[in-house]
Amino acid sequence: MPDGPTPGSGSTGGSDIQLDDLYRDILLDHYRHQRHKGELGDQATHVADGANPLCGDELRVELTVEDGAVTDVAIEGRGCSISQASASMMTVYVDGRPVADALAAVETFQRMMLENETPPDEFGDIEALTGVRKFPVRVKCASLSWKTLEQALIADNESEPVTTDNRSEA
Amino acid sequence: MSDSLNGGLDVTSIRRDFPILGRKVHGDTPLVYLDNAATSQTPVQVIAEITRYYRDSNANIHRGVHTLSQEATALYEGAREKVAAFINAPSPQEIIFTRNTSESLNLVAHSWGRAHLREGDEVVLSEIEHHSNIVPWQMLRDERGIVLKFIPMLPDGTLDLDVAAELITERTRLLGITQMSNALGSIVPVKELAALAHEHGAIVLVDGAQSVPHMAVDVQDLGADLLAFSAHKMLGPTGVGVLWGHMAVLEEMQPFLGGGEMILTVTLEESTWNEIPARFEAGTPNIAGVVAFGAAIDYLSRLGMDRVRQHEIAMLDYALPKLGDIPGVTIFGPPDSSQRGGVISFDLEGVHPHDIGQVLDSRGVAVRTGHHCAQPVMAALNVVATARASFYVYNTTAEIDVLADAIQEAARYFSGDSGSGDA
Repeated sequence: MPDGPTPGSGSTGGSDIQLDDLYRDILLDHYRHQRHKGELGDQATHVADGANPLCGDELRVELTVEDGAVTDVAIEGRGCSISQASASMMTVYVDGRPVADALAAVETFQRMMLENETPPDEFGDIEALTGVRKFPVRVKCASLSWKTLEQALIADNESEPVTTDNRSEA
Repeated sequence: MSDSLNGGLDVTSIRRDFPILGRKVHGDTPLVYLDNAATSQTPVQVIAEITRYYRDSNANIHRGVHTLSQEATALYEGAREKVAAFINAPSPQEIIFTRNTSESLNLVAHSWGRAHLREGDEVVLSEIEHHSNIVPWQMLRDERGIVLKFIPMLPDGTLDLDVAAELITERTRLLGITQMSNALGSIVPVKELAALAHEHGAIVLVDGAQSVPHMAVDVQDLGADLLAFSAHKMLGPTGVGVLWGHMAVLEEMQPFLGGGEMILTVTLEESTWNEIPARFEAGTPNIAGVVAFGAAIDYLSRLGMDRVRQHEIAMLDYALPKLGDIPGVTIFGPPDSSQRGGVISFDLEGVHPHDIGQVLDSRGVAVRTGHHCAQPVMAALNVVATARASFYVYNTTAEIDVLADAIQEAARYFSGDSGSGDA
């Protein structure tokens, strides 16, 4: 039941079902305890920065790629729970996978968020982000880490920071 | 909803004029609207004026000899007189209607700036300006080679007036300064800075987008040369802005947009400019919006701007300690309500502003989250964003209580204290 509400995180009141739909327990766990947090230093072969300046989400993705596969990954950033939890989930997925699989997953993730596609089983915890689909302004938060991953993999050097924020603001 | 404040406003009665404040969100949760620095809500008197205008008097202005056109023109010009009186402008002819504050500020940068500024001329702004009083000047700098200088912000959100006294010199041609920070609520001593700028022969442009809706502003007492503000932050409709300027300053400005209304004669070779303010109001304006803005000014004038300000001080004096006592909350901006408009920008440790905003929304509380179009302020505070609650004439202490409870809820939700969530 990808879109079903999960039990609340101890809050009370009539509107919690909606909030708990967005902030699933798995998501909050990835936010509080980010996996692969840190830096790879000299071991990094691929690096990219992502930022949604309007929200204040920032993320750096570092990867070690050997023989066409991601052998290590690290993230460092600050931002909202959605962006940072999504980044943590992303690292768990790509660690150890072939680059081609990681790039394909970026596309699959976008279809899951934007076209309501059911996530494949191997997405694991990432499925918890389907709750974000009901909150359109937060989809860009969830997408930031995946677009930054893509940038790191397709560009060999650091270029323009990635953004998923296409709104304009005074 | 009664209110215990001694601000002198009858908030219970005021709230009856704003039907939107009675609506529910997310099912049955009462709306608590605390995003007034972004836009204010609209009383029935203003909504009725828009309807009345389109039902009874709709026509284009300054053109026809027919009855409707003359009525529409009288209503539009009547609103101009109300605006002039509201800010104590010497003449209604000094009131130019634009789309919003941003357009008013761009008009000055474009029309005054291009006529007067040469390479090396200095424009002094401040670090707490809204982007709309920074970006037009950066564009002009890139085009003309003028020099921009910024009065720095002190840690408490006020401006460093000692540095301001050093930055404003004989090279300064214009001081562009906000009277109230939209991000922090800081009230700037514009009168003092304007006197300093005038001593050095500079003219003074004031961004009044936040101040004019929330405190009595008298342009003659203030010593400003130009003042920009918007109708939609002061109970009026969106799409109407104002630029007031001393006639002598306006006369030295070239037109902004070319087209109908702003000309006297047009041949295929050249045109001559119409009188001020028509010179700066090309094309058919937002007539209904301007007329309804007049009704908003009537509403605020009836309340009295001094009492509006007193109400907001009372709200701040209730809210600042209440929110400040919540563990993990940091409040930015001046601690003293005498130096702060009805704006409270805050941070909650461990919870990103967007997540605060989401939890507050689930409790019906509307606040703004983000950089508030003031990224230099965010950079100076070393934060990426803040959450901002902002008050107006219809807000109550009971609503502050809802806000405070919702912030505590957000803190619990993300800390994991509730027991679940942590694997």
